[in-house]
Amino acid sequence: MKMPRWLITTISVVIFLAFWEFFGRDINPIFGSYPTAIIAAFIKLAKSGKIWVALFQSLQPFVIGYLLAIVVGVPIGLVVGRFRVAEAALGIYVTAGYAMPLVALVPLLILWLGLGFAVKVAVVFLMSIFPVCINTWAGVNAVPVSLIEVGKSLVASDATILRRIILPATLPYIMAGIRLAVGRAVVAMIIAEFFTAISGLGGIIIQSANNFDTATMFVPVVILMVLAIGLNSLIVWIERRVAPWQAEIAGRSE
Amino acid sequence: MGNVSLVDISKRFRLTIDGSEQFVQALDHVSFTVADGEIAMLIGPSGCGKTTALRIAMGLDQATSGQVLVDGREVKGCGHDRGMVFQHAELLPWLSAVDNVKFGLEMKGMRGGELKDTAMRYLDLVGLAGSAQRRPHQLSGGMKQRVGIARALAIDPKVLLMDEPFGALDAQTREAMQAELLDIHARTRKTIVFVTHDLDEAVLLADRVFVMRNGRLQEIIEVPLPRPRGDLGAIRGLSAFAETRYKIWQALHAEAAS
Ligand SMILES: Nc1ncnc2c1ncn2[C@@H]1O[C@H](COP(=O)(O)OP(=O)(O)OP(=O)(O)O)[C@@H](O)[C@H]1O
Ligand SMILES: [Mg+2]
Repeated sequence: MKMPRWLITTISVVIFLAFWEFFGRDINPIFGSYPTAIIAAFIKLAKSGKIWVALFQSLQPFVIGYLLAIVVGVPIGLVVGRFRVAEAALGIYVTAGYAMPLVALVPLLILWLGLGFAVKVAVVFLMSIFPVCINTWAGVNAVPVSLIEVGKSLVASDATILRRIILPATLPYIMAGIRLAVGRAVVAMIIAEFFTAISGLGGIIIQSANNFDTATMFVPVVILMVLAIGLNSLIVWIERRVAPWQAEIAGRSE
Repeated sequence: MGNVSLVDISKRFRLTIDGSEQFVQALDHVSFTVADGEIAMLIGPSGCGKTTALRIAMGLDQATSGQVLVDGREVKGCGHDRGMVFQHAELLPWLSAVDNVKFGLEMKGMRGGELKDTAMRYLDLVGLAGSAQRRPHQLSGGMKQRVGIARALAIDPKVLLMDEPFGALDAQTREAMQAELLDIHARTRKTIVFVTHDLDEAVLLADRVFVMRNGRLQEIIEVPLPRPRGDLGAIRGLSAFAETRYKIWQALHAEAAS
Protein backbone atom coordinates (compact mmCIF):
# COMPACT_ATOMS: atom_id res chain seq x y z
CA MET A 1 0.00 0.00 0.00
CA LYS A 2 1.19 3.49 -0.83
CA MET A 3 1.53 5.87 2.10
CA PRO A 4 -0.59 8.99 1.63
CA ARG A 5 1.39 12.15 1.04
CA TRP A 6 0.13 14.04 4.07
CA LEU A 7 1.28 11.17 6.29
CA ILE A 8 4.81 11.25 4.90
CA THR A 9 4.90 15.02 5.42
CA THR A 10 3.61 14.68 8.98
CA ILE A 11 6.18 12.03 9.85
CA SER A 12 8.93 14.19 8.40
CA VAL A 13 7.81 17.22 10.42
CA VAL A 14 7.52 15.20 13.66
CA ILE A 15 11.02 13.78 13.25
CA PHE A 16 12.38 17.25 12.50
CA LEU A 17 10.70 18.77 15.56
CA ALA A 18 11.89 15.90 17.78
CA PHE A 19 15.50 16.43 16.73
CA TRP A 20 15.18 20.16 17.20
CA GLU A 21 13.67 19.72 20.65
CA PHE A 22 16.33 17.17 21.67
CA PHE A 23 19.40 19.11 20.56
CA GLY A 24 17.91 22.58 21.01
CA ARG A 25 17.61 22.11 24.78
CA ASP A 26 21.39 21.86 25.10
CA ILE A 27 21.97 25.22 23.45
CA ASN A 28 22.27 28.43 25.40
CA PRO A 29 18.77 30.02 25.12
CA ILE A 30 20.33 33.20 23.71
CA PHE A 31 21.86 31.39 20.77
CA GLY A 32 18.96 29.13 19.96
CA SER A 33 15.62 27.80 21.00
CA TYR A 34 13.47 24.69 20.73
CA PRO A 35 9.82 23.93 19.91
CA THR A 36 8.30 23.72 23.40
CA ALA A 37 9.97 26.98 24.44
CA ILE A 38 8.65 28.65 21.31
CA ILE A 39 5.16 27.35 21.99
CA ALA A 40 5.34 28.72 25.53
CA ALA A 41 6.44 32.09 24.17
CA PHE A 42 3.62 31.97 21.66
CA ILE A 43 1.03 31.32 24.37
CA LYS A 44 2.35 34.30 26.31
CA LEU A 45 2.16 36.55 23.26
CA ALA A 46 -1.29 35.24 22.36
CA LYS A 47 -2.64 35.89 25.85
CA SER A 48 -1.39 39.46 25.87
CA GLY A 49 -3.00 39.90 22.44
CA LYS A 50 0.22 41.41 21.10
CA ILE A 51 0.72 38.76 18.44
CA TRP A 52 -2.73 39.26 16.92
CA VAL A 53 -2.30 43.00 16.63
CA ALA A 54 1.09 42.47 15.01
CA LEU A 55 -0.26 39.80 12.69
CA PHE A 56 -3.01 42.14 11.55
CA GLN A 57 -0.56 45.01 11.08
CA SER A 58 1.60 42.79 8.89
CA LEU A 59 -1.06 40.92 6.97
CA GLN A 60 -2.93 43.99 5.76
CA PRO A 61 -0.10 45.50 3.71
CA PHE A 62 1.06 42.01 2.79
CA VAL A 63 -2.25 41.01 1.22
CA ILE A 64 -2.71 44.33 -0.56
CA GLY A 65 0.83 44.47 -1.93
CA TYR A 66 0.73 40.85 -2.98
CA LEU A 67 -2.64 41.04 -4.74
CA LEU A 68 -1.61 44.27 -6.41
CA ALA A 69 1.51 42.54 -7.70
CA ILE A 70 -0.63 39.81 -9.27
CA VAL A 71 -3.17 42.19 -10.76
CA VAL A 72 -0.46 44.37 -12.29
CA GLY A 73 2.18 41.72 -12.96
CA VAL A 74 0.11 39.27 -15.00
CA PRO A 75 -1.06 41.76 -17.66
CA ILE A 76 2.45 43.20 -17.96
CA GLY A 77 3.88 39.70 -18.39
CA LEU A 78 1.27 38.85 -21.01
CA VAL A 79 1.89 41.99 -23.03
CA VAL A 80 5.68 41.75 -22.77
CA GLY A 81 5.55 38.11 -23.83
CA ARG A 82 3.13 38.65 -26.67
CA PHE A 83 4.26 41.82 -28.39
CA ARG A 84 7.74 42.21 -29.81
CA VAL A 85 7.81 45.94 -29.23
CA ALA A 86 6.72 45.62 -25.61
CA GLU A 87 9.30 42.88 -25.06
CA ALA A 88 12.07 45.05 -26.48
CA ALA A 89 10.93 48.15 -24.62
CA LEU A 90 9.92 46.73 -21.22
CA GLY A 91 11.52 43.29 -20.92
CA ILE A 92 14.80 44.74 -19.75
CA TYR A 93 13.14 46.43 -16.75
CA VAL A 94 11.42 43.23 -15.74
CA THR A 95 14.66 41.27 -15.88
CA ALA A 96 16.57 43.97 -14.03
CA GLY A 97 13.78 44.45 -11.51
CA TYR A 98 13.83 40.79 -10.61
CA ALA A 99 17.47 41.07 -9.57
CA MET A 100 17.01 44.45 -7.88
CA PRO A 101 18.57 44.53 -4.37
CA LEU A 102 15.40 45.89 -2.84
CA VAL A 103 16.84 45.98 0.68
CA ALA A 104 19.16 48.73 -0.42
CA LEU A 105 16.28 50.76 -1.77
CA VAL A 106 13.99 50.53 1.26
CA PRO A 107 15.49 53.63 2.94
CA LEU A 108 14.79 55.56 -0.24
CA LEU A 109 11.22 54.27 -0.34
CA ILE A 110 10.81 55.40 3.25
CA LEU A 111 11.89 58.91 2.26
CA TRP A 112 9.22 58.92 -0.41
CA LEU A 113 6.38 57.15 1.34
CA GLY A 114 7.02 57.65 5.03
CA LEU A 115 7.20 54.99 7.71
CA GLY A 116 3.69 53.62 7.64
CA PHE A 117 1.39 51.39 5.73
CA ALA A 118 2.19 52.66 2.22
CA VAL A 119 5.85 51.79 2.32
CA LYS A 120 5.11 48.24 3.47
CA VAL A 121 2.68 47.79 0.57
CA ALA A 122 5.24 49.18 -1.83
CA VAL A 123 8.03 46.88 -0.66
CA VAL A 124 5.82 43.78 -0.79
CA PHE A 125 4.53 44.84 -4.21
CA LEU A 126 8.00 45.45 -5.63
CA MET A 127 9.35 42.17 -4.33
CA SER A 128 6.51 40.01 -5.61
CA ILE A 129 5.62 41.59 -8.94
CA PHE A 130 8.75 40.47 -10.75
CA PRO A 131 8.48 36.69 -10.30
CA VAL A 132 4.84 36.97 -11.40
CA CYS A 133 5.84 39.05 -14.41
CA ILE A 134 8.79 36.91 -15.44
CA ASN A 135 6.88 33.67 -15.14
CA THR A 136 3.93 34.99 -17.11
CA TRP A 137 6.31 36.23 -19.76
CA ALA A 138 8.12 32.89 -19.96
CA GLY A 139 4.74 31.17 -20.09
CA VAL A 140 3.61 33.24 -23.06
CA ASN A 141 6.81 32.38 -24.89
CA ALA A 142 6.15 28.70 -24.22
CA VAL A 143 2.67 28.72 -25.76
CA PRO A 144 2.86 26.48 -28.83
CA VAL A 145 2.61 28.49 -32.05
CA SER A 146 0.23 25.85 -33.31
CA LEU A 147 -2.41 26.91 -30.73
CA ILE A 148 -2.06 30.54 -31.73
CA GLU A 149 -2.47 29.50 -35.35
CA VAL A 150 -5.72 27.80 -34.44
CA GLY A 151 -6.95 31.22 -33.37
CA LYS A 152 -5.57 32.87 -36.47
CA SER A 153 -7.11 30.31 -38.80
CA LEU A 154 -10.45 31.01 -37.14
CA VAL A 155 -9.90 34.74 -37.71
CA ALA A 156 -9.66 35.64 -34.03
CA SER A 157 -8.47 39.16 -33.22
CA ASP A 158 -5.19 39.77 -31.41
CA ALA A 159 -7.08 40.64 -28.23
CA THR A 160 -9.16 37.48 -28.47
CA ILE A 161 -6.09 35.34 -29.04
CA LEU A 162 -4.47 36.91 -26.00
CA ARG A 163 -7.48 36.41 -23.76
CA ARG A 164 -8.87 33.11 -25.01
CA ILE A 165 -5.74 31.22 -26.04
CA ILE A 166 -2.59 32.72 -24.57
CA LEU A 167 -3.98 33.48 -21.12
CA PRO A 168 -5.37 29.98 -20.46
CA ALA A 169 -2.31 28.33 -21.98
CA THR A 170 -0.11 30.44 -19.72
CA LEU A 171 -2.14 29.90 -16.56
CA PRO A 172 0.08 27.14 -15.12
CA TYR A 173 3.11 29.41 -15.47
CA ILE A 174 1.23 32.30 -13.91
CA MET A 175 0.26 30.16 -10.94
CA ALA A 176 3.86 29.02 -10.53
CA GLY A 177 4.95 32.67 -10.52
CA ILE A 178 2.31 33.52 -7.94
CA ARG A 179 3.60 30.69 -5.77
CA LEU A 180 7.19 31.85 -6.08
CA ALA A 181 6.06 35.32 -5.14
CA VAL A 182 4.69 34.13 -1.77
CA GLY A 183 8.13 33.56 -0.33
CA ARG A 184 9.45 36.84 -1.62
CA ALA A 185 6.42 38.73 -0.36
CA VAL A 186 6.87 37.33 3.15
CA VAL A 187 10.54 38.33 3.20
CA ALA A 188 9.62 41.74 1.81
CA MET A 189 7.09 42.34 4.56
CA ILE A 190 9.63 41.60 7.29
CA ILE A 191 12.31 43.72 5.65
CA ALA A 192 9.89 46.61 5.46
CA GLU A 193 9.05 46.23 9.13
CA PHE A 194 12.71 46.03 10.12
CA PHE A 195 13.34 49.35 8.48
CA THR A 196 10.15 51.18 9.28
CA ALA A 197 8.34 51.58 12.55
CA ILE A 198 8.51 48.93 15.25
CA SER A 199 5.25 47.31 14.28
CA GLY A 200 3.93 44.06 12.97
CA LEU A 201 5.58 40.66 13.15
CA GLY A 202 8.89 42.15 12.07
CA GLY A 203 8.62 44.53 15.00
CA ILE A 204 8.26 41.63 17.43
CA ILE A 205 11.30 39.95 15.90
CA ILE A 206 13.43 43.05 16.37
CA GLN A 207 12.20 43.76 19.89
CA SER A 208 12.76 40.25 21.16
CA ALA A 209 16.11 40.01 19.42
CA ASN A 210 17.19 43.19 21.19
CA ASN A 211 16.07 41.63 24.50
CA PHE A 212 17.94 38.40 23.75
CA ASP A 213 14.57 36.63 24.03
CA THR A 214 15.28 34.12 21.29
CA ALA A 215 12.24 31.91 21.91
CA THR A 216 9.88 34.86 21.41
CA MET A 217 11.80 35.92 18.34
CA PHE A 218 11.09 32.56 16.80
CA VAL A 219 7.31 32.91 17.23
CA PRO A 220 6.78 35.33 14.30
CA VAL A 221 9.34 33.46 12.25
CA VAL A 222 7.42 30.22 12.65
CA ILE A 223 4.09 31.97 12.09
CA LEU A 224 5.42 33.43 8.83
CA MET A 225 6.61 30.05 7.61
CA VAL A 226 3.30 28.44 8.48
CA LEU A 227 1.57 31.31 6.70
CA ALA A 228 3.68 30.76 3.60
CA ILE A 229 2.90 27.04 3.59
CA GLY A 230 -0.80 27.77 4.00
CA LEU A 231 -0.77 30.31 1.18
CA ASN A 232 1.10 27.90 -1.02
CA SER A 233 -1.48 25.16 -0.54
CA LEU A 234 -4.24 27.67 -1.13
CA ILE A 235 -2.65 28.62 -4.44
CA VAL A 236 -2.20 24.97 -5.44
CA TRP A 237 -5.84 24.43 -4.62
CA ILE A 238 -6.88 27.44 -6.71
CA GLU A 239 -4.68 26.23 -9.55
CA ARG A 240 -6.47 22.89 -9.58
CA ARG A 241 -9.76 24.73 -9.82
CA VAL A 242 -8.88 27.20 -12.54
CA ALA A 243 -6.57 24.93 -14.55
CA PRO A 244 -7.67 21.36 -13.86
CA TRP A 245 -6.56 20.19 -17.30
CA GLN A 246 -2.95 20.91 -16.40
CA ALA A 247 -2.87 18.45 -13.51
CA GLU A 248 -4.72 15.91 -15.62
CA ILE A 249 -2.27 16.20 -18.49
CA ALA A 250 0.75 16.10 -16.23
CA GLY A 251 -0.72 13.08 -14.45
CA ARG A 252 -0.41 14.68 -11.04
CA SER A 253 -4.10 14.51 -10.22
CA GLU A 254 -4.85 12.55 -7.09
CA MET B 1 -19.56 27.93 -54.80
CA GLY B 2 -16.16 27.29 -53.36
CA ASN B 3 -13.24 26.86 -55.67
CA VAL B 4 -9.76 27.69 -54.57
CA SER B 5 -6.75 28.54 -56.72
CA LEU B 6 -3.09 29.04 -56.14
CA VAL B 7 -1.83 31.33 -58.89
CA ASP B 8 1.88 31.21 -59.56
CA ILE B 9 2.72 30.84 -55.88
CA SER B 10 6.35 30.88 -54.80
CA LYS B 11 7.59 30.74 -51.26
CA ARG B 12 11.13 31.29 -50.10
CA PHE B 13 11.99 30.78 -46.44
CA ARG B 14 14.95 32.59 -45.01
CA LEU B 15 16.77 30.92 -42.21
CA THR B 16 19.97 31.51 -40.33
CA ILE B 17 22.15 28.53 -39.58
CA ASP B 18 25.29 29.16 -37.53
CA GLY B 19 24.98 32.84 -38.27
CA SER B 20 24.92 32.44 -42.04
CA GLU B 21 21.83 33.21 -44.02
CA GLN B 22 20.27 30.51 -46.16
CA PHE B 23 17.23 30.32 -48.36
CA VAL B 24 14.86 27.45 -48.92
CA GLN B 25 12.69 27.52 -51.99
CA ALA B 26 9.68 25.70 -50.54
CA LEU B 27 7.35 26.47 -53.46
CA ASP B 28 8.42 27.32 -56.98
CA HIS B 29 5.69 28.83 -59.17
CA VAL B 30 2.90 26.50 -58.16
CA SER B 31 -0.48 26.95 -59.80
CA PHE B 32 -3.60 24.84 -59.48
CA THR B 33 -7.32 25.20 -59.09
CA VAL B 34 -9.50 22.93 -57.03
CA ALA B 35 -13.07 23.04 -58.27
CA ASP B 36 -16.18 23.51 -56.19
CA GLY B 37 -17.04 20.28 -54.40
CA GLU B 38 -13.88 18.56 -55.55
CA ILE B 39 -11.50 16.59 -53.36
CA ALA B 40 -7.90 17.20 -54.38
CA MET B 41 -5.04 15.34 -52.74
CA LEU B 42 -1.54 16.76 -52.46
CA ILE B 43 1.07 14.02 -52.36
CA GLY B 44 4.83 14.05 -52.59
CA PRO B 45 8.04 13.32 -50.75
CA SER B 46 8.73 14.88 -47.39
CA GLY B 47 9.80 18.49 -47.66
CA CYS B 48 8.35 19.03 -51.14
CA GLY B 49 6.15 21.89 -49.94
CA LYS B 50 2.70 20.37 -49.29
CA THR B 51 2.21 21.90 -45.87
CA THR B 52 3.55 25.21 -47.10
CA ALA B 53 1.05 25.22 -49.97
CA LEU B 54 -1.79 24.50 -47.59
CA ARG B 55 -0.69 27.10 -45.06
CA ILE B 56 -0.46 29.72 -47.80
CA ALA B 57 -3.92 28.77 -49.06
CA MET B 58 -5.19 29.18 -45.49
CA GLY B 59 -3.42 32.48 -45.04
CA LEU B 60 -1.22 31.32 -42.17
CA ASP B 61 1.88 31.93 -44.28
CA GLN B 62 2.47 34.74 -46.74
CA ALA B 63 3.60 33.76 -50.23
CA THR B 64 6.74 35.40 -51.55
CA SER B 65 4.90 35.92 -54.81
CA GLY B 66 1.64 34.82 -56.38
CA GLN B 67 -1.99 34.95 -55.38
CA VAL B 68 -4.55 32.83 -53.58
CA LEU B 69 -8.03 33.04 -55.03
CA VAL B 70 -11.27 31.82 -53.52
CA ASP B 71 -14.12 31.89 -56.02
CA GLY B 72 -11.92 33.96 -58.27
CA ARG B 73 -11.33 36.69 -55.74
CA GLU B 74 -7.95 37.25 -54.16
CA VAL B 75 -7.73 36.60 -50.42
CA LYS B 76 -5.08 37.86 -48.04
CA GLY B 77 -4.78 36.33 -44.62
CA CYS B 78 -7.19 33.93 -42.95
CA GLY B 79 -10.91 33.97 -43.55
CA HIS B 80 -14.04 32.08 -42.63
CA ASP B 81 -14.32 30.97 -46.26
CA ARG B 82 -11.53 28.47 -45.51
CA GLY B 83 -11.20 26.05 -42.63
CA MET B 84 -8.05 24.25 -41.56
CA VAL B 85 -7.77 20.77 -40.11
CA PHE B 86 -4.33 20.40 -38.57
CA GLN B 87 -2.13 17.32 -38.59
CA HIS B 88 -2.34 16.96 -34.82
CA ALA B 89 -5.89 18.30 -34.38
CA GLU B 90 -4.58 21.20 -32.22
CA LEU B 91 -7.53 21.30 -29.87
CA LEU B 92 -7.40 23.77 -27.02
CA PRO B 93 -6.58 21.49 -24.08
CA TRP B 94 -8.58 23.46 -21.52
CA LEU B 95 -11.83 23.21 -23.47
CA SER B 96 -14.16 20.25 -23.76
CA ALA B 97 -14.87 18.79 -27.20
CA VAL B 98 -18.05 20.79 -27.60
CA ASP B 99 -16.39 23.98 -26.34
CA ASN B 100 -13.62 23.53 -28.87
CA VAL B 101 -16.21 23.46 -31.63
CA LYS B 102 -18.03 26.38 -30.02
CA PHE B 103 -14.80 28.35 -29.95
CA GLY B 104 -14.62 28.40 -33.73
CA LEU B 105 -18.26 29.41 -34.00
CA GLU B 106 -17.80 32.23 -31.49
CA MET B 107 -14.92 33.54 -33.55
CA LYS B 108 -17.38 33.71 -36.41
CA GLY B 109 -19.66 35.82 -34.27
CA MET B 110 -22.28 33.26 -33.31
CA ARG B 111 -23.85 33.74 -29.87
CA GLY B 112 -26.42 32.28 -27.53
CA GLY B 113 -28.41 29.10 -27.87
CA GLU B 114 -27.65 28.72 -31.54
CA LEU B 115 -24.02 28.27 -30.56
CA LYS B 116 -24.54 25.16 -28.46
CA ASP B 117 -26.98 23.61 -30.92
CA THR B 118 -24.72 24.12 -33.90
CA ALA B 119 -21.67 22.79 -32.07
CA MET B 120 -23.58 19.69 -30.98
CA ARG B 121 -24.91 19.14 -34.48
CA TYR B 122 -21.39 19.03 -35.91
CA LEU B 123 -20.08 16.83 -33.10
CA ASP B 124 -22.94 14.52 -33.93
CA LEU B 125 -21.95 14.62 -37.59
CA VAL B 126 -18.52 13.24 -36.71
CA GLY B 127 -20.08 10.73 -34.30
CA LEU B 128 -18.94 12.34 -31.06
CA ALA B 129 -22.15 13.66 -29.52
CA GLY B 130 -21.65 11.22 -26.63
CA SER B 131 -18.20 12.59 -25.77
CA ALA B 132 -19.05 16.27 -25.98
CA GLN B 133 -18.01 17.07 -22.42
CA ARG B 134 -14.63 15.34 -22.53
CA ARG B 135 -11.47 17.35 -22.68
CA PRO B 136 -8.92 16.58 -25.42
CA HIS B 137 -6.63 14.42 -23.28
CA GLN B 138 -9.62 12.23 -22.46
CA LEU B 139 -10.14 11.52 -26.17
CA SER B 140 -8.32 9.07 -28.42
CA GLY B 141 -6.22 10.31 -31.33
CA GLY B 142 -8.98 9.58 -33.81
CA MET B 143 -11.59 11.28 -31.66
CA LYS B 144 -9.41 14.39 -31.34
CA GLN B 145 -9.01 14.45 -35.09
CA ARG B 146 -12.78 14.25 -35.50
CA VAL B 147 -13.30 17.17 -33.10
CA GLY B 148 -10.80 19.12 -35.22
CA ILE B 149 -12.81 18.27 -38.30
CA ALA B 150 -16.06 19.24 -36.58
CA ARG B 151 -14.51 22.55 -35.52
CA ALA B 152 -13.48 23.32 -39.10
CA LEU B 153 -16.78 22.14 -40.59
CA ALA B 154 -18.93 24.01 -38.09
CA ILE B 155 -17.86 27.42 -39.33
CA ASP B 156 -19.21 26.24 -42.69
CA PRO B 157 -16.22 27.20 -44.83
CA LYS B 158 -16.38 26.89 -48.57
CA VAL B 159 -13.02 25.15 -48.62
CA LEU B 160 -11.65 22.61 -46.19
CA LEU B 161 -7.86 22.41 -45.97
CA MET B 162 -6.59 19.23 -44.33
CA ASP B 163 -2.92 18.57 -43.56
CA GLU B 164 -2.33 14.83 -43.12
CA PRO B 165 -5.27 14.69 -40.76
CA PHE B 166 -5.16 10.90 -40.50
CA GLY B 167 -1.38 10.57 -40.57
CA ALA B 168 -1.02 9.71 -36.91
CA LEU B 169 -3.81 7.15 -36.79
CA ASP B 170 -3.64 3.37 -36.88
CA ALA B 171 -4.76 1.66 -40.08
CA GLN B 172 -8.21 0.72 -38.83
CA THR B 173 -9.13 4.08 -37.36
CA ARG B 174 -7.76 5.65 -40.48
CA GLU B 175 -10.04 3.64 -42.74
CA ALA B 176 -13.04 4.47 -40.58
CA MET B 177 -12.15 8.15 -40.75
CA GLN B 178 -11.71 8.03 -44.51
CA ALA B 179 -15.18 6.56 -44.91
CA GLU B 180 -16.53 9.17 -42.54
CA LEU B 181 -14.90 11.98 -44.47
CA LEU B 182 -16.38 10.74 -47.74
CA ASP B 183 -19.73 10.55 -46.03
CA ILE B 184 -19.43 14.12 -44.76
CA HIS B 185 -18.30 15.23 -48.19
CA ALA B 186 -21.28 13.57 -49.83
CA ARG B 187 -23.59 15.45 -47.48
CA THR B 188 -21.91 18.86 -47.48
CA ARG B 189 -20.24 18.94 -50.93
CA LYS B 190 -17.31 20.90 -49.48
CA THR B 191 -14.28 21.64 -51.57
CA ILE B 192 -11.41 19.75 -49.93
CA VAL B 193 -7.67 20.08 -50.33
CA PHE B 194 -6.06 17.18 -48.52
CA VAL B 195 -2.38 16.47 -47.89
CA THR B 196 -1.35 12.86 -47.57
CA HIS B 197 1.63 10.52 -47.76
CA ASP B 198 -0.53 7.51 -48.35
CA LEU B 199 -1.08 6.31 -51.91
CA ASP B 200 -4.17 4.31 -51.02
CA GLU B 201 -5.70 7.25 -49.22
CA ALA B 202 -5.05 9.48 -52.20
CA VAL B 203 -6.85 7.16 -54.61
CA LEU B 204 -9.72 6.33 -52.26
CA LEU B 205 -10.63 9.92 -51.52
CA ALA B 206 -9.53 12.06 -54.44
CA ASP B 207 -11.08 13.31 -57.63
CA ARG B 208 -7.62 14.43 -58.65
CA VAL B 209 -4.20 13.77 -57.18
CA PHE B 210 -1.57 16.52 -57.35
CA VAL B 211 1.90 15.05 -57.24
CA MET B 212 4.48 17.50 -55.95
CA ARG B 213 8.25 17.43 -55.97
CA ASN B 214 10.84 19.96 -54.87
CA GLY B 215 8.34 22.74 -54.49
CA ARG B 216 6.78 22.16 -57.90
CA LEU B 217 3.56 20.64 -59.07
CA GLN B 218 4.86 17.69 -61.05
CA GLU B 219 1.79 15.96 -62.34
CA ILE B 220 -1.98 15.88 -61.97
CA ILE B 221 -3.61 12.46 -62.02
CA GLU B 222 -7.35 11.99 -62.42
CA VAL B 223 -9.01 9.29 -60.35
CA PRO B 224 -11.59 7.57 -62.55
CA LEU B 225 -13.68 6.22 -59.70
CA PRO B 226 -17.36 7.15 -59.43
CA ARG B 227 -18.95 8.96 -56.48
CA PRO B 228 -20.30 8.03 -54.06
CA ARG B 229 -17.45 5.65 -53.51
CA GLY B 230 -19.47 3.43 -51.21
CA ASP B 231 -17.62 0.49 -49.71
CA LEU B 232 -13.95 1.48 -49.63
CA GLY B 233 -12.90 -2.13 -49.17
CA ALA B 234 -14.53 -3.08 -52.45
CA ILE B 235 -12.90 -0.14 -54.23
CA ARG B 236 -9.49 -1.51 -53.37
CA GLY B 237 -10.34 -4.55 -55.47
CA LEU B 238 -11.13 -2.54 -58.62
CA SER B 239 -8.61 -2.50 -61.42
CA ALA B 240 -9.07 1.27 -61.75
CA PHE B 241 -7.88 1.58 -58.16
CA ALA B 242 -4.73 -0.40 -58.80
CA GLU B 243 -4.02 1.39 -62.08
CA THR B 244 -4.41 4.86 -60.59
CA ARG B 245 -2.34 3.89 -57.60
CA TYR B 246 0.41 2.67 -59.94
CA LYS B 247 0.28 5.90 -61.94
CA ILE B 248 0.80 7.94 -58.79
CA TRP B 249 3.58 5.64 -57.71
CA GLN B 250 5.30 6.14 -61.06
CA ALA B 251 4.90 9.89 -60.82
CA LEU B 252 6.41 9.84 -57.35
CA HIS B 253 9.38 7.79 -58.54
CA ALA B 254 9.93 9.57 -61.85
CA GLU B 255 13.26 11.32 -62.24
CA ALA B 256 13.12 14.91 -61.11
CA ALA B 257 14.92 15.91 -64.28
CA SER B 258 11.77 15.54 -66.38
N1 LIG C 1 9.13 28.04 -41.22
C1 LIG C 1 10.06 27.54 -42.06
N2 LIG C 1 11.28 28.10 -42.11
C2 LIG C 1 12.20 27.62 -42.95
N3 LIG C 1 12.01 26.62 -43.80
C3 LIG C 1 10.82 26.04 -43.81
C4 LIG C 1 9.77 26.46 -42.95
N4 LIG C 1 8.69 25.69 -43.16
C5 LIG C 1 9.05 24.82 -44.12
N5 LIG C 1 10.32 25.02 -44.53
C6 LIG C 1 11.02 24.30 -45.58
O1 LIG C 1 10.23 24.31 -46.72
C7 LIG C 1 10.25 23.05 -47.37
C8 LIG C 1 8.84 22.52 -47.52
O2 LIG C 1 8.32 22.24 -46.24
P1 LIG C 1 6.86 21.65 -46.02
O3 LIG C 1 6.62 21.62 -44.57
O4 LIG C 1 5.91 22.40 -46.86
O5 LIG C 1 7.04 20.18 -46.59
P2 LIG C 1 5.96 19.02 -46.65
O6 LIG C 1 5.79 18.66 -48.08
O7 LIG C 1 4.75 19.36 -45.89
O8 LIG C 1 6.76 17.83 -45.93
P3 LIG C 1 6.19 16.67 -44.99
O9 LIG C 1 5.61 15.67 -45.91
O10 LIG C 1 7.42 16.15 -44.33
O11 LIG C 1 5.21 17.28 -44.07
C9 LIG C 1 11.14 22.16 -46.55
O12 LIG C 1 12.41 22.13 -47.15
C10 LIG C 1 11.23 22.85 -45.22
O13 LIG C 1 12.48 22.64 -44.64
MG1 LIG D 1 3.85 18.66 -44.07
